[in-house]
Amino acid sequence: MPHTPYTPDRPPMPESPEQLRARIPGWGADLDPKDRPAVPQERHEPEGTGARRRGFPERQPEERPRERSIEHGTLTPVFGTSAPLRGLSGVVRRYAYRRFGEGRAAHWLLLIAADRVDVVESTVLDAVRGRPDNLIAETGVRGELTHHGWSSRVGAGRVDVRHEALDPLIVAGPWVLAGLGVVAGVRALVRRARGR
Amino acid sequence: MRAMVYRGPYRLRVEEKPPPRIEHPNDAIVRVELAAICGSDLHLYHGLMPDTRVGTTFGHEFIGVVEQVGPSVENLRVGDRVMVPFNVYCGSCYYCARGLYANCHNVNPNATAVGGIYGYSHTCGGYDGGQAELVRVPFADVGPAPIPEWMSDEDAVLLTDAASTGYFGAQLGEIGEGDAVVVFGAGPVGLMAAQSAWLMGAGRVIVVDHLEYRLEKARELAHAETVNFAEHRDVVVSLKRMTDYLGADVAIDAVGAEADGSFLQHVAAAKLKLQGGSPVALNWAIDSVRKGGTISVMGAYGPIFSAVKFGDAMNKGLTLRMNQCHVKRQWPRLFEHVRNGYITPAAMVTHRFGLDEIAEAYHVFSAKLDGCIKPLIVPGAG
Repeated sequence: MPHTPYTPDRPPMPESPEQLRARIPGWGADLDPKDRPAVPQERHEPEGTGARRRGFPERQPEERPRERSIEHGTLTPVFGTSAPLRGLSGVVRRYAYRRFGEGRAAHWLLLIAADRVDVVESTVLDAVRGRPDNLIAETGVRGELTHHGWSSRVGAGRVDVRHEALDPLIVAGPWVLAGLGVVAGVRALVRRARGR
Repeated sequence: MRAMVYRGPYRLRVEEKPPPRIEHPNDAIVRVELAAICGSDLHLYHGLMPDTRVGTTFGHEFIGVVEQVGPSVENLRVGDRVMVPFNVYCGSCYYCARGLYANCHNVNPNATAVGGIYGYSHTCGGYDGGQAELVRVPFADVGPAPIPEWMSDEDAVLLTDAASTGYFGAQLGEIGEGDAVVVFGAGPVGLMAAQSAWLMGAGRVIVVDHLEYRLEKARELAHAETVNFAEHRDVVVSLKRMTDYLGADVAIDAVGAEADGSFLQHVAAAKLKLQGGSPVALNWAIDSVRKGGTISVMGAYGPIFSAVKFGDAMNKGLTLRMNQCHVKRQWPRLFEHVRNGYITPAAMVTHRFGLDEIAEAYHVFSAKLDGCIKPLIVPGAG
């Protein structure tokens, strides 16, 4: 007997609607698409959800210059004020927002680079301020002891465990290589300067 | 106030922060009673999301009590117990007027490609989230809703994202009576999508993952058939065999950016951040669904390019549907389903942590220890 796609009919349901209704609580309750609240996804003024038209909202005061995407025609009337731009990471982020649209990889790659700079800046700054990072506590690795780290992995057949041993190498490798490159570059420059 | 604070990839701590204040006349301040860690929070935690700044507080799933309201707030009063959708949205822009609350254009100056989300980086607007004692809730007249008296706190907090997103994912799949539906990912969103697929008349629901304890939950909670992809040499071929070589009618990607199952894809995305996400689940969805089938993408991906098998999608004539969930639109119908016991979000909760234990909570959830499916954070505990 040929398999389904080689013949015109769809495969029969393994169980009838009656059987499914008896076995699965609520089977078919939303069978009619009209009962599904996001169908169609775009529907003018869907009812019963509390949203209401109020015109353009009042503007939140911009207490300090707020970076924004150049794909926006204006600063949005409401915005988050967590963690304003600061330091070198702030300079990179401001440049990424001012210079590149969201369609450009440079925009996002600069923002990711700034994230890494921010981590270094913040770690140093807080150490100087007397609130040094406690890497053991912050990574939560204590959970390995309190929540069965060993037995959750060994013998569980998880695919992530297969490459877990390599992960630190993969994550740290590019940083170590980049660091070695910087050191080699600096040494070469120093050597050249001394040679002169 | 005490709040979880991001310190860098895989690192966070609890700090004393200035309490949030009313910054716009329609703001409210909510004292958080219960928050959750979402699978998508792990993308931030792992340093995958651009413009995730040190010092920000995560958390877009939370419920609490209104502590303060701005002068223009009419729908909320101090003391109301509210559940807050993860979307920050105005209710009045071009997109909100069409019910696309997740795509609101008035709340996120940092990007036009994504709306506003609590505690989800500056790429999503730069709002602090609810893994804290207090949180600022903009457009308080629009997003938050009172928690019905009959509803448990666990159901309420899960309805602010995971449960609504899973249900929304099943809707985007345009499931018809008797359809075979395959759900990739047995996390909270995948489990809810699987439960919801039955409500829409699915004839079969198959859930794919590699974590056996989650697949067990899929069988027990979502009455689904399960496939542990770690036991299959080629999961796409196995799914074809299971569907008599036709393929499923609908596939739902409930995994997103950090999918495992392809070493190269996973390393390039999750470890080296060379692509916006590891589209392993999405590519399996494209390859395992039947020609002319529908794919619903609920998994979150970063804004840069990802190696998606678009040629296969085109040649197979697939319909790809996706969006962040417009949470509050789902609620009236979902409340009925929860009340009737058709959908059981609270049954996914496996762990509760105090705010002081939040670094441990993230590690346990991220490393999938101790059978963790959904961890909750209780700011008032301890």
